[in-house]
Amino acid sequence: MAENLSIQKAQSATAKSSAGSEFTISRRTFVQSLGAGLAITVTEAISWGQRRGGRGGAQGGGMPVVARLHLNEDGTIAVMSGKVEEGQGARTELSQAAAEELQVPFDRIRIVMADTDFVPDDGITAGSRTTPGNVPPMRQAAATARELLTRFAARRWQVEPNTLEVRDGTVTNKATNQKLTYADLATSKEIAEAFKQPIESNIALTAVSDWKVMGSSAARMNWRDIVTGTHCFPSDIVRPNMLYGRVLRPPAYGAVLESIDLSAAKAMKDVVVVQESGFVGFAAPTLFQATAAMEAAAKTASWKPGPPSPSSKTVHAYLKEHARMGSPSEKGFADAAKTLTATYTLAYIQHTPMEPRAAVAEWDGDKLTVWAGCDGPYRVKGDLMRLFDLPAERVRAIVPDMGGGFGGKHNPDAALEAARLAKAAGKPVWIRWTRAEEFTWAYFRPAAVIECKGGLDAKGKLVAWDFVNINAGGAAVDTPYNIANKRCQSVGSDSPLAQGAYRCLAATGNNFARESFMDELAAVAGADPLEFRLAHLENQRIRTVLETAAKHFNWSERKKKITPELGVGLACGTEKNSVVAACVEVGIDRKKGEIRVREVCEAFEPGPIINPANLTSQVQGCIVMGLGGALTEEIQFENGKILNASFADYHVPRFRDIPKIDVHLVNKTDIPSAGGGETPIIAVAPAIGNAVFAATGVRLRAMPMRGDALRQA
Amino acid sequence: MDVTITLTVNGVARTVTTDPQRPLLDVLREDLHLTGTKYGCGEGHCGACTVLMDGKPARSCVVPVSLADKKSIITIEGLAKGDSLHPVQEAFLAEGAIQCGYCTPGMILSAVALLQDKSNPTDEEIVAGMNGNICRCNGYVKIMNAVRRAAGKVRR
Ligand code: FES
Ligand code: FES
Repeated sequence: MAENLSIQKAQSATAKSSAGSEFTISRRTFVQSLGAGLAITVTEAISWGQRRGGRGGAQGGGMPVVARLHLNEDGTIAVMSGKVEEGQGARTELSQAAAEELQVPFDRIRIVMADTDFVPDDGITAGSRTTPGNVPPMRQAAATARELLTRFAARRWQVEPNTLEVRDGTVTNKATNQKLTYADLATSKEIAEAFKQPIESNIALTAVSDWKVMGSSAARMNWRDIVTGTHCFPSDIVRPNMLYGRVLRPPAYGAVLESIDLSAAKAMKDVVVVQESGFVGFAAPTLFQATAAMEAAAKTASWKPGPPSPSSKTVHAYLKEHARMGSPSEKGFADAAKTLTATYTLAYIQHTPMEPRAAVAEWDGDKLTVWAGCDGPYRVKGDLMRLFDLPAERVRAIVPDMGGGFGGKHNPDAALEAARLAKAAGKPVWIRWTRAEEFTWAYFRPAAVIECKGGLDAKGKLVAWDFVNINAGGAAVDTPYNIANKRCQSVGSDSPLAQGAYRCLAATGNNFARESFMDELAAVAGADPLEFRLAHLENQRIRTVLETAAKHFNWSERKKKITPELGVGLACGTEKNSVVAACVEVGIDRKKGEIRVREVCEAFEPGPIINPANLTSQVQGCIVMGLGGALTEEIQFENGKILNASFADYHVPRFRDIPKIDVHLVNKTDIPSAGGGETPIIAVAPAIGNAVFAATGVRLRAMPMRGDALRQA
Repeated sequence: MDVTITLTVNGVARTVTTDPQRPLLDVLREDLHLTGTKYGCGEGHCGACTVLMDGKPARSCVVPVSLADKKSIITIEGLAKGDSLHPVQEAFLAEGAIQCGYCTPGMILSAVALLQDKSNPTDEEIVAGMNGNICRCNGYVKIMNAVRRAAGKVRR
């Protein structure tokens, strides 16, 4: 099954020297592009990205057309991207971008993603960067190819290029009815030569108003494989003679292995044991055997505990104590009639993508191929090159479309583990982390302490603002509101747990604190939360989504009907060049200490929308994921041990938790498209907190917001 | 000690000789190379590994293979009849109820089991029937729509 997924070399590479000193490698290569096989000729230029190690979706920048695009004889067109598909829809959106500029139907595109032998280095897949960073170069490459086709035809027919029309993959001379298709050019030497020229970064792209393929809800091309169970996720790769691997983990953070007796594991039939410096791993013909070997060895291990560290109960005080920050700002507060301060906190949470990190590593002599569930194929490759001291041409990293990430799969841990074991075993080795390993050893979304101070003048206008995020980062730390004196900053601290990226990372915490605190200030000013925000908001894009959400939710009427059991709240925000606003209704049972989100109405605007159905899925997904962080998700730890490393003890949203969800996409066509997989998450938690306050008068300042706090109140 | 287990998987008789304690999930994936059934937790909490065992939904990660002896198992690979998809598979495609798709096989089999039991479930019954399946892309809204769409189209 895995063989079907991978790219196979139908014929071995043939190298021939061409004129002069130039040496061109040209091999016919069979690429399995999601069910439909296609043959492409791989030239030296196609692997341009590998050698140059360019980053972040180079905008043209000298990259040859052939590095992004290849014409196939069957009329399909192969396009190449270094981005990863993990459920966010990059595969579809990038194919739409290519189809649009080539002027071909969507189903003519065969996209090859995240295979370092074929695709350029487009950086890791993160930060909503695929849309703004990778869609434009894909469009430029496709537009350049279309231009080259037109010029080629014009030369052949001896007419001016602007007299020709390209539609449906065919260039037509209307005067003579002569036609030429992309397929006709697939074997043309002249075109092959022309495709070595750089992508034109200034080339005119199709105006949003003329979009035919972009802007439509094209479906993902491999969905059928997913519903029939034939798509191979990273953890589904099977190679001949493959072994299954396990890695010994410390009992707690910071613990160091002092001694271990591996004899029992080594005595087990067909088990391979590897111990090198801190790494102890086991591989066997079944996962069950590998686990048995690991458990037998683990029983004999003795560990030196790490230094004392805080628990989840004391971590916020600890972070504050270790914060690297100066003294608070006093600017503007002297003139304020009223000053308010509040401290908000955020727990560590885990991403828990449904597919844990996984990898298969295979050595063929001294060439290493690794399939890995990781956000960056070139990061996997680079780390493997360093670990084994290998040159670039001997390492190939492939990321099959994987089972979720949410910012949690930036590190290629599993790939390195599998490669170490495979080297020792002399056979391919598969690794898939257990759920408990994911909960414990994958990095966390940072915890934070956020300190807010606001000053109102006598008229209830916000005139001074001081806002500090300790430990979680600077995303969306700045306030979008107009305030005469403000200081917004993010400062580091000493995190007791490994921490890293997450869907929208710090923007969620910063927006939670800011938007909750804005409500606190509105209450002090005696103003309606919506009016108070609008009075301080010049950003027209945020105003639009705020008013859109409020209108569809019927905010002004529903806020009159607030009871101690039923609250409504709203929040807005901006991050990664998109804007969002949400209105929510919560039901509250103070006897049981329960907060139930009954309805979320969210408006989101990311510029011109490339795929409305996919964007709706992303917004719905963000809203529901946001409920988890808002209400229930929290890593509990003590003495370096994670206490709730299981879906039984760490509650992620389930069907039962889903409120009525109403999504309003606002399509703004006069700016560039922004990514949409992250920002919709940031308005959820503060809107809930504000609704709870509206109903109960109790302000919940810790994420997750536990209903227990209401019971005690 | 290894034992020999005989079971029917997607209508085909299979025999495996293995440790009886191994999870059915591992045997399906490693021995029979049916990797459509997914691991999400290994503890029965997420539903990613759902298969039908004698027509009833089972969490294959917590079913020792010995308990599958003489049983009939349906996995995601066995739902379609040739080229024609099962109505629940069709519904997932029609609603676009797929993001990363890793939870999808388990979701589809749980939905099939639910609809075989109650051909026209209420929303509350769908929620109760599907609540053991986690989607971390949080695509529940469209998955609900897919189950509603497939309602009435599944034969008992
Ligand atoms: S993998 Fe079996 S229920 Fe989660
Ligand atoms: S679609 Fe990704 S976990 Fe459900």
